[in-house]
Amino acid sequence: MTHTFADRFALALADIVIRRRWLVILFTVLAVGAAASGGRFLEFSNNYRVFFGQDNPDLIAFEEFQATYTKNDNILFVIQAKDGKLFTGRHVEAIERATAEAWKIPYAIRVDSVTNFQHTWANGDDLTVEDLYRDGRAMTQGERDRRLALALAEPLLAGNLISPDARTTGINVVLQYPEKSLTEVPAAAAKAREIAAQIRSDYPELTVALSGVSMLNNAFGESGQTDAATLIPIMYAVLLVIMIVSLRSFTGTVATLLVIGFSTATAMGIAGTMGIKLTPISVTGPTIILTLAIADSIHLLSTMLTLMRQGMDKHEALRETVRINFVAVSVTSLTTIVGFLAMNFSDAPPFHDLGNITAMGIAAAWAYSILFLPAVVSILPVRVKAQATYKSWADRALDNLAEFVIRRSRPILIGFGAAAVALIALIPTIDLDDQWVKYFDHRVPFRGDAEFAIEHLSGLYPIEYSVKARGPQGINDPVYLQNLEKFTGWLRQQPEVRHVYSYTDIIKRLNKNMHGDDDTFHRIPEDRELAAQYLLLFELSLPYGLDLNDRINIDKSATRVTATLDDISTVELRAFLTRSADWLKTHTPDYMHARPTSASVMFAHISERNILSMLRGNAVALVLIAGIMALALRSIPIGAFSVIPNAVPVLMTFGVWAILVGQVGMASATVLATALGIVVDDTVHFLSKYLRGRREKGLSPEDAVRYAFSMVGKAITTTTVILAVGFSVLAASTFKINAEMGLLTALAIVLALAFDFLLLPALLLLGKSKKKELTQDETVAVTPGR
Amino acid sequence: MKLLPLPRAVEAALIFAFGLFLLLMAPAHAEDAAKKGFEIAARSDRSDRDFKDSRVDLHMVLRNRAGQETTRLLSIKTLELPDEDVGDKSLIVFSEPADIDGTALLSHAKILDPDDQWLFLPALKRVKRVSSVNKSGPFVGSEFAFEDFTALELNKFTYEFLNQEACGDLTCDVLERTPRYEHSGYTKQKAWIDTKDFQIRKVEFYDRRGDLLKTLTLRDYKLYPPRFWRAHRLDMVNHQTGKSTDLIYSAYEFGLNLDDRDFVKGALKRQR
Repeated sequence: MTHTFADRFALALADIVIRRRWLVILFTVLAVGAAASGGRFLEFSNNYRVFFGQDNPDLIAFEEFQATYTKNDNILFVIQAKDGKLFTGRHVEAIERATAEAWKIPYAIRVDSVTNFQHTWANGDDLTVEDLYRDGRAMTQGERDRRLALALAEPLLAGNLISPDARTTGINVVLQYPEKSLTEVPAAAAKAREIAAQIRSDYPELTVALSGVSMLNNAFGESGQTDAATLIPIMYAVLLVIMIVSLRSFTGTVATLLVIGFSTATAMGIAGTMGIKLTPISVTGPTIILTLAIADSIHLLSTMLTLMRQGMDKHEALRETVRINFVAVSVTSLTTIVGFLAMNFSDAPPFHDLGNITAMGIAAAWAYSILFLPAVVSILPVRVKAQATYKSWADRALDNLAEFVIRRSRPILIGFGAAAVALIALIPTIDLDDQWVKYFDHRVPFRGDAEFAIEHLSGLYPIEYSVKARGPQGINDPVYLQNLEKFTGWLRQQPEVRHVYSYTDIIKRLNKNMHGDDDTFHRIPEDRELAAQYLLLFELSLPYGLDLNDRINIDKSATRVTATLDDISTVELRAFLTRSADWLKTHTPDYMHARPTSASVMFAHISERNILSMLRGNAVALVLIAGIMALALRSIPIGAFSVIPNAVPVLMTFGVWAILVGQVGMASATVLATALGIVVDDTVHFLSKYLRGRREKGLSPEDAVRYAFSMVGKAITTTTVILAVGFSVLAASTFKINAEMGLLTALAIVLALAFDFLLLPALLLLGKSKKKELTQDETVAVTPGR
Repeated sequence: MKLLPLPRAVEAALIFAFGLFLLLMAPAHAEDAAKKGFEIAARSDRSDRDFKDSRVDLHMVLRNRAGQETTRLLSIKTLELPDEDVGDKSLIVFSEPADIDGTALLSHAKILDPDDQWLFLPALKRVKRVSSVNKSGPFVGSEFAFEDFTALELNKFTYEFLNQEACGDLTCDVLERTPRYEHSGYTKQKAWIDTKDFQIRKVEFYDRRGDLLKTLTLRDYKLYPPRFWRAHRLDMVNHQTGKSTDLIYSAYEFGLNLDDRDFVKGALKRQR
């Protein structure tokens, strides 16, 4: 047998590993211990902002907005009376109590409710500014009802903090975190839950739900923790079953478990040392590493077991196993690493972390499979029954498949090609959807609470406009106010808008108050000085924490308009954003052209941005993977050609997704690169065997295809099943993006198998006359794989 | 030796006496601290007694988290009322920004009740009486509440002496003062009063959770004859929002012979 340089290297390596096995084991354990000790630095991030890179223009716009007004981190208490009677003495007392208690939530800087709403009314030249309800329990029901009517008629409250049917009310708490520690958000959320629980136990007839951006952020942390606690055990259980079925060897199972456990621990430990924060995205790293790491081990162990069944002794079988798998395992690991590292091109930093964690885990798995696995197996007892070589049902099925492909290569080519074209053509029909409430499934309490809030009180998707006036004090200009009033009116007419908070409602009410509550003055004041002086008057009489600093900027050159939208899809949201920006452009002066901003706006564009940023990442990954293939197969044309059977099935995946699901979130962008890195392995194995058949054994293309099927068909099928099952486990994630990523990748892996078994041989047979020339000029070729 | 059991009544009496002793001792300490705190505050307040009236120009600089700035110009007249249970009277006239030029605010401070306030709006040519229980809201969008920068009223708070410590070149008594007003936005304040001139050098404001909300530093004290100290620079930083406000005082005048008639509703229109 001809031994290439790589073979000689692998043999020498195997010799050393087996001879110095105790040393190898010791060093491995030490290395794992050292790396894994970094795991103590791992923390769960709880801020949705981690999804946005520092230079994301949507984030910059939003940060600027928040620096001008107030941070818009909030907690929304949603309170509903089960019997529908919310504004009774007892329940008004509950709302007042909750409002007062909400001030005690850590980092709260503002609390707005129906009860502490600053109601203004006039009596001649006396202006009274007071809480809408103060000690509401002591009021007569008539007085409470009168004030309820005021609340329902108040545009700043109705549809925002009180539902039109007066059954549901909200208490909005604005928080300003110092952002120094990751315990801030959970601390605020815990206090809010404590208050909610207290209200529920004192007033069992009330339903209390908790929503808002802070609860969302908290859910990000909790979802990641739930996933870590559920997915990883499920993954181990699934992998254990796979190992028992495919290896049927106790030693092999133990060794594999050690390798995958070590790989995960190493990657997570280094991630901790590097200061990577865990997010619901990056926390899937261990699950993916487990899946990918097991493939290497199973590959090596099944080769060894086969060789031993054929009569080799254990050490000889180990050496031979390392020799014939070294290049294949290295190449497949490398392509997968390239695919995951390409995630660094993504616009969303959690994907960089996931890519880097997984790449480190795969590198570790490669090293441990080549070094540690043979060392451990050489120590532990391995028993096999010598088997006669007979063909199992699986072998026969694969033989039949090979014959079928050879016989029907042209119909397969045409049928598959047409399917591929059709599916790829469907990709543009996929809607990019990132409604962040729906990122979480119902196991995360936030999802239910947020939906309760949306259904009964107000939307969760606020859109903010910082509408500028002409220079300092410009907001008092009647022209500005008239235009702002028109914009507010236009927003209120839009079908997807549930509520609009605009300064014009305040100034109109003040104008009315200043004219003895005469309704005809409920309009924009006609001159600038009047508007300025009314505002001054109002500002002088507001209580602590209920000032207008969050609505008007400091030099009074801009005000904030908040439109709260219905539960609409991201596609509809993007359409609305364009429409509102266009309206401002056509109907208002230049200085008033505000750019809509908010967390929802950021998420509305995150998928597009990720796809755009990943275009380059995918291209780089594709070129690098093709280069690695060309090197491994020692043929540039074949390397280039190998891109087709890999990229096409991944693209087809999106076509299938378009039919089955129709929407996808920000996970979609990264799937191409990572799936490519994984599915390319099958092609490496198949093509290398095909080429060995052609080059070394001088087989015809048809016989080379048969040879490839018989040599690697079973191994490819096994790894495909492992990988597909492993990625499907991610579907159990509480976080939709992970579930989508897992299912898309699993689908891509299965399609790639179909492609490798059907279309790839058909393509090879198509170009058979051309391939013949290869055998002449390359007599000795690298032969990765078995 | 075996102790004879005490009769029940004696036992009960002893326990009662001991309990009474503890009850009297414990607040004695707190009472000391409260008394000392009040005395220090009173000494500071008295150092200012009998200034009768004053007038000063005030330049306010407001800054937000993004670093944007804006200014307000106003003048303040104050009339001292000697009774410690009645607040002072003040009259504030705005001159900048231009669109509130001539707007005037008359305030009769109360100790435990809402202040009486009237505002003259030149654009409307009317005086409006403002009725509100709110005292700790931000004054014209600044980080100061009205009560934070107007004359201090001794009886608005209860006091407790905490400790003595260095403050710059001086030594300061540190007091904790608790607002007695029901609708105050603060749970407590900490004030640093120097032991040389008995002036307030720093105040920390604590919010309803008891967390530090704002810090006020008072600087550039000048002595006006015969014995009245006035700070010319008050800087307030809000630690929670990152916003800040500087107050710059200039052109203090005393002995203007103002009286109650200058601080009535009718006087408001005459200010411009």
